[in-house]
Amino acid sequence: MIEFQNVHKTYRVAGKDIPALHPTSLTIENGQVFGLIGHSGAGKSTLLRLINRLEDSSGGKIIVDGEEVTALDANGLRRFRQQVGMIFQHFNLLASKTVADNVALPLTLAGELSGSDIDKRVAELLARVGLSDHAKKYPAQLSGGQKQRVGIARALATKPKILLCDEATSALDPQTTASVLQLLAEINRELKLTIVLITHEMDVIRRVCDQVAVMDAGVIVEQGSVADVFLHPQHPTTKRFVQESEQIDESEQRDDFAHVPGRIVRLTFQGEATYAPLLGTVARETGVDYSILAGRIDRIKDIPYGQLTLAVTGGDMEAAFARFTAADVYMEVLR
Amino acid sequence: MEMFDAAIKQYDAAIEAIKLFFQNIDWLEIGLATNDTLLMLGGSLLFTVLLGLPLGVLLFLCSPRQLLENRVLYAILSVMVNILRSLPFIILLIVMIPFTVLITGTSLGVAGAIPPLVVGATPFFARLVETALREVDRGIIEATQSMGATTRQIIINALLPEARPGIFAAITVTAITLVSYTAMAGVVGAGGLGDLAIRFGYQRFQTDVMIVTVVLLLILVQVLQMVGDRLVVHFSRK
Repeated sequence: MIEFQNVHKTYRVAGKDIPALHPTSLTIENGQVFGLIGHSGAGKSTLLRLINRLEDSSGGKIIVDGEEVTALDANGLRRFRQQVGMIFQHFNLLASKTVADNVALPLTLAGELSGSDIDKRVAELLARVGLSDHAKKYPAQLSGGQKQRVGIARALATKPKILLCDEATSALDPQTTASVLQLLAEINRELKLTIVLITHEMDVIRRVCDQVAVMDAGVIVEQGSVADVFLHPQHPTTKRFVQESEQIDESEQRDDFAHVPGRIVRLTFQGEATYAPLLGTVARETGVDYSILAGRIDRIKDIPYGQLTLAVTGGDMEAAFARFTAADVYMEVLR
Repeated sequence: MEMFDAAIKQYDAAIEAIKLFFQNIDWLEIGLATNDTLLMLGGSLLFTVLLGLPLGVLLFLCSPRQLLENRVLYAILSVMVNILRSLPFIILLIVMIPFTVLITGTSLGVAGAIPPLVVGATPFFARLVETALREVDRGIIEATQSMGATTRQIIINALLPEARPGIFAAITVTAITLVSYTAMAGVVGAGGLGDLAIRFGYQRFQTDVMIVTVVLLLILVQVLQMVGDRLVVHFSRK
């Protein structure tokens, strides 16, 4: 468990104190994939780096599995860092070393394994990330996605219990992003590793995270399970992120629907409800007519969801709404 | 047949002319001078790298926003390096004489030339090393830190290997600078090709000696640059 207790961070730039993170308390449970989303400068990168103390906090306590990280001395910090893997936006692989040597580096630095044990572990790690054939290559000979896989193998070398991902997919194209995220989800599932990732893309959060915190100007403005935050965003910043990923512009949509007759409602289905033939049943039983104005059916991590905007006309509208609400569906009346 | 004789005569005449032109060349002397130059270059380059590499690493580490940021130490080192670099080498040669005698027992010959050469080239090389280290992506340092590396491990396992092409380029530039410094070292009786060029070629107007020594120095510089470039390419994995 990673706990932040009133942690804050202030940078001193040209004699002025610039707050990067306002006092923040936060709990990340073991085995979770925890996403932090925010625009650049929102403080998410600072928050991530406070965990393995690549940045030191200006105050407050960070406790990981009962160990107060903020109080560790140099030796303690080094031991702690060996239990925390980290991957980066620009991979940060050593250009002068082969793929195998890059992956071996954390093990060499820790100095606990013999040469042959390191070789064995490296082969194991490269097999896990699907790069066994590339062991002798140099990073410059690999594609972006392959480089990040090397980064992941390297981060896992010392069998850490936490993996920090600093914009790990931001430099990758959509397809490569998908495969790297899949690998992260796999690692989380199989190794029971806690993953903390930061991103500015809601899509990344939607695909792999269990919990999400939305950051804006050094403050966590919204936090909760991904399904809740994604489907029912409250804070304006969160709404913007969701709209960006769905590519909808709410005000534009309102104008488009202005001439549509009837009531407008938005239904959100989750899990099995997504596949139930609810609309047809309700329409038949209450005599309402509906047309679908906008909609999307997709997945949040492994859970399917649907979100439909309907214009409802005629029949027993109140009964229809009552049926929607009674079913396992979240209904908002937009007009 | 007559034509053939004429050709031989012409050829002999040409050889004679060349012999006449190079009448002042004492090839043994040239050989000794070349040997001296190579010894001075090798010795001074070795010590310059041994002293300049740690100095360059230290300069880099304590410069602003680096691992061991230390404004005072950086300022002191920086001023020292700048003073030594702004001193003309010819002055340094003379100023250094008592110190040179103290450590080598003589201010003459190859041994007498090496200390001033090292003192002259080390600050220059250290600055080049500092620049080469600055070229290493900060992310590399951060990644190595995140693995729990000590500062020493970061230097040895990440910084130096990543900066290797830059450091080889720095050694090449320094070696070539040292070649021209060795030529000046003749002033304090150091010997070598430069010394020969000044004493015979310049002061006694023996143009042939001048040409031979200059060509040899040119070849030396050319070879150093080629070897250096090869090493840089070999260690660049980009």
